[in-house]
Amino acid sequence: MRRRVVVVGYGMAGARLAEEVRRRDPGGGAVALTVLGAEPHAAYNRVLLSSVLAGGLAADAVRLHEPGWAARCDVDVRTGVRVVGIDPGARRVVCDDGATLPWDDLVLATGSRAWLPPVPGLATPDGAPADGVAVFRDLADCRRILDLAASGSRVAVLGGGLLGLEAARGLAGRGVPVTVLHPVGHLMERQLDPGAGQVLAGTLRGLGITVRLGVRAREWRPGRLECDDGSRLDCAAVVVAAGVRAQTWLARTAGLAVESGVLVDDRLTTSHPRVHAIGDCAQHPGAVSGLVAAAWEQATVLADLLTGADPAARYHGTPTVTRLKARDLDVAALGEVHADQDDAADPSVEVLWFSDPARGRYAKLVLRDERVAGAILLGAPDAAARIVTLYDRGAPAPSDRLALLLGRALPPEVEPVASPALLPARAVVCRCSAVTKGRLVTAWWAGARDVAALARATHAGTGCGGCRDTVDGICGWLAAGDPAPAAPTAKEVVA
Amino acid sequence: MPEVATHCPYCALQCAMTLADGVTGGLAVSPRPFPASRGGLCHKGWTAAALLTGGARLSGPLLAGRSAGWDAALDAVAARLRALRARHGPDSVAVFGGGGLTNEKAYLLGKFARVALGTSQIDYNGRFCMSSAAAAGIRAFGVDRGLPFPVTDLAGAEAVALVGANVGETMPPFLGHLRQAVQVVVDPRRTATAVQAVASGGLHLAPAPGSDLALALGMLHVAVAEGYLDQPYVDARTTGFDAVWRLAARWWPERAERVCGVAASDMRAAVALLAHAGSAYVLTARGTDQHARGTDTVSAWINLALTLGLPGRPGSGFGCLTGQGNGQGGREHGQKADQLPGYRRIDDPAARRHVAAVWGVSPGELPGPGRSAYELLDALGRPDGPRALLVFGSNPVVSAPNSRHVAQRLSALDLLVVADPFGSETAALADVVLPVTQWAEEEGTLTNLEGRVLRRRRAACPPPGVRTDLEVIAGLAVRLGQPASRFPPDPAMVFDELRAASAGGPADYGGISYQRLDAGEALYWPCPAAEPGGPAHPGTPRMFLDGFAHPDGRARFVPVDASGPAERPDAGYPLHATTGRVLAHYQSGTQTRRVAELSAVTPESYVEVHPDVAARAGLADGDLTRVVSRRGVATARVRTVASLREDTVFLPFHFPGEQAANLVTNPALDPVSRMPEFKVCAVRLERVP
Repeated sequence: MRRRVVVVGYGMAGARLAEEVRRRDPGGGAVALTVLGAEPHAAYNRVLLSSVLAGGLAADAVRLHEPGWAARCDVDVRTGVRVVGIDPGARRVVCDDGATLPWDDLVLATGSRAWLPPVPGLATPDGAPADGVAVFRDLADCRRILDLAASGSRVAVLGGGLLGLEAARGLAGRGVPVTVLHPVGHLMERQLDPGAGQVLAGTLRGLGITVRLGVRAREWRPGRLECDDGSRLDCAAVVVAAGVRAQTWLARTAGLAVESGVLVDDRLTTSHPRVHAIGDCAQHPGAVSGLVAAAWEQATVLADLLTGADPAARYHGTPTVTRLKARDLDVAALGEVHADQDDAADPSVEVLWFSDPARGRYAKLVLRDERVAGAILLGAPDAAARIVTLYDRGAPAPSDRLALLLGRALPPEVEPVASPALLPARAVVCRCSAVTKGRLVTAWWAGARDVAALARATHAGTGCGGCRDTVDGICGWLAAGDPAPAAPTAKEVVA
Repeated sequence: MPEVATHCPYCALQCAMTLADGVTGGLAVSPRPFPASRGGLCHKGWTAAALLTGGARLSGPLLAGRSAGWDAALDAVAARLRALRARHGPDSVAVFGGGGLTNEKAYLLGKFARVALGTSQIDYNGRFCMSSAAAAGIRAFGVDRGLPFPVTDLAGAEAVALVGANVGETMPPFLGHLRQAVQVVVDPRRTATAVQAVASGGLHLAPAPGSDLALALGMLHVAVAEGYLDQPYVDARTTGFDAVWRLAARWWPERAERVCGVAASDMRAAVALLAHAGSAYVLTARGTDQHARGTDTVSAWINLALTLGLPGRPGSGFGCLTGQGNGQGGREHGQKADQLPGYRRIDDPAARRHVAAVWGVSPGELPGPGRSAYELLDALGRPDGPRALLVFGSNPVVSAPNSRHVAQRLSALDLLVVADPFGSETAALADVVLPVTQWAEEEGTLTNLEGRVLRRRRAACPPPGVRTDLEVIAGLAVRLGQPASRFPPDPAMVFDELRAASAGGPADYGGISYQRLDAGEALYWPCPAAEPGGPAHPGTPRMFLDGFAHPDGRARFVPVDASGPAERPDAGYPLHATTGRVLAHYQSGTQTRRVAELSAVTPESYVEVHPDVAARAGLADGDLTRVVSRRGVATARVRTVASLREDTVFLPFHFPGEQAANLVTNPALDPVSRMPEFKVCAVRLERVP
């Protein structure tokens, strides 16, 4: 008997779960899978919406599955179908098209929705965005924002968090004038400390984006945004990026335990043993909601459990790494970013800082027992990549903290030797034939006075040819001194 | 002896050299102008002639460790083989070849196995080199020629990506072709190749070992998201892009960064460099191939090249850098378990009919595909495995993964026969050792990394008591009841038969002759025989300009996702170990470790370790350490390298005995190419007690 699994939600979590189930059960012998999606189109990659907004990707390019995928993989995908109720006792879901589906296991992957702050004029009476207002959550929102911005007039972005800044950068890159209004004193305050927020604001301003901090919207009237400091912003549209809320209505009405999300354990199981939740709608102590990495790891674990591929599989959380995905904005933040000098009084804690606002660079590293506990990196992309790797793996940090903090911003380790005179005699000049400076000097004194003659005598420069300039330099150095420099002593040319 | 124009005995660049009498006796090497090698030689080439005069040669066969005459040795081998076949069937005898063998030897060895022994059990060490690149090339382009263009085309490139290729060590004169190009080097280590790339304004991307797929997918994502997708090319010349994009779409660069450790901004910079160049190439090598997902990894880089519209365009392209001297020809003429000459498949009925007709046998007599190299070695001496093994031109005790296990399997054989110019480590285990000629003592052809067929010429007399591989094969074949005419020991005759056998296949040598090669013609396969009365075929320097070798003429995108490596570091084995080559040595070191000048440069193995990692293990530069994996322990001297990733150590694999890097490597195999995962396994460092 096949286990009947119904997935509510065909977004990134639900789609991934379907793939992972079929990867483990390719013939469909173990699990009969139904996926219900409220949006009218197939699942798409929400992470890439900022690329769609920025213009790099077409809307079609972010679809997760090619046409025919569902049929080929024996997944009953129903799009445009909203679930209106679930009955855990009877193990049924009821859909808005009248269908009632039985299940053995139910998976909630209902995601989250954009939150509209209670600012007069932003929402219509039924809670939808008002004229000139868009949220930034799904593909339709993306189209709406681009339509609203098409006039080329100014767009206000409410919220200087990750999504708001990606939207702002995308629109600015299209030549749209953008103002970001952020209610807190520095940008991305959940992920950045005040110093980093200031540097980031400077970088955004350099990209032509107006940033206003500590300012809230008071009222929206089409064409005009009133702010709580009494100022007024003329703009064609408002993009609201003020955070998201987990979609938990179904779970609540079914009597499942819900806080800010549907509570799940390490098996991704809710308070009902046959109902599970993954992705943005789920609340697990080890994961911050809203990150796709967590949703995908949860889908993998749940697929192991539902198919029986690994009954011991458990989800233990996902380390949170925030990376802003936008051109010319290199922002990485992870772990304990708010540690400061006081924490550094603890001998097991080190806090390192570097700040270079004029060049848009900021680096902060928090180490606990030699391991990366937190970091903020702005404008130091290669350092960010390395620190994230250390953080993810829990590996000890290298002893050269400065190089770790700054990455390639440091000068190269080895300065080029200015003069051949400074090379030691045993230095290998030609790697391809293992020829030292000492041998070249000896050959020069024996009569090989140019690059070609030295090549014949020592084979230097006959491999990759990369040392010919150096060999030429040695010739020149010796010739300039000839006959002044004494012939080298035997000791100097040994090597 | 007059001057003889030939090529270096080592790598696939096949640098041209002249051998002449030296002033102090022996032969002297000098570089010869030649397009592929640009008149260059590395240290190995310059010192190659030392092998001809050293005292390391055997002067006659060894039978159970004692000197024996050739007749006695060959009679004994043939008698044992006949007995084993009679009792256990033809697959009880196996053959293991090498990518250093000439085309003629590779061809005759494959024919010997299928016709004289009737065994399906033949494979070769090229499985450990190029098999992933070959499989991926065939998947994408319909045919596998390492570089489908002359290597000299690279001299006009504005940008070249070298992916898992350390040409600065492995084929230094190659770098001369890249002087004009900005290079992107992908390698976990700051290799000599990476250093020169950065010094000349290029980029070095250093992914964690085994994370190459994520990097390639991240870069493909960048190419599309940044608008570099060559849509007209993709529409007109390829199929399958959509499925590839569905997977790459999930590898936005910041996600790929978290897996491979390469900064997203560096991925963007590298892709921009390739995309903005008017002329750009992507080249892969062993760092890409030698993974349990090697075929998919090569496919991922091909996908990137196709996305940018590079392959099959004048002045741009994709290529794989072949490693062994005849790594290209060696994989075309039938010493591979699944192949027949001309790069034909052994399971293709038309191919079997054609080759059987050339060989004068019926197609039904030809065996089917056999085991791949590691699987073959692993099966030796087991109840259903071969009981005898004939080894030509290979030293698997050093070069195969999990080498302690391989040595155990070899010792479980009823009969091990090794034909080698030197007393290799594998020969030391053999029941019968047959001393054979080497490079400058014989005639033949090799096919270099660009698919150009080159003549190897005899410049020195072999020592007394030594025979050519062809003579050995012929001698055994006759003793096994074959007509002598079927196994001629003369390379020119073998080549003429190879031409006929390859005719009509993907690697068609039909129009190539010793005469044309000796006249100096630059002939690249495919080069079919001329129509009767028609002009000679000029060969094919550049493939794919008019179309790819699939029936529809289009290149195929192959959807691949990232996973791996097969063995991840954990608490017990916290480091990645990766293996590779050094300039002074070649392959298992059988030749180069016998050249005093080369041995002086790199006399023993070593392990590159980050200074912090060494310090934590209580090790200092120069200390001996044990590199321990789940499979074995290699002993090596510590070299601290500050530029190394902290999670990685590196071992060269040219050394035998306790120093052998392959004592620790992981034999996890690629599902398509059967390539072992040489490039990454999990290890820890221990102090030598």
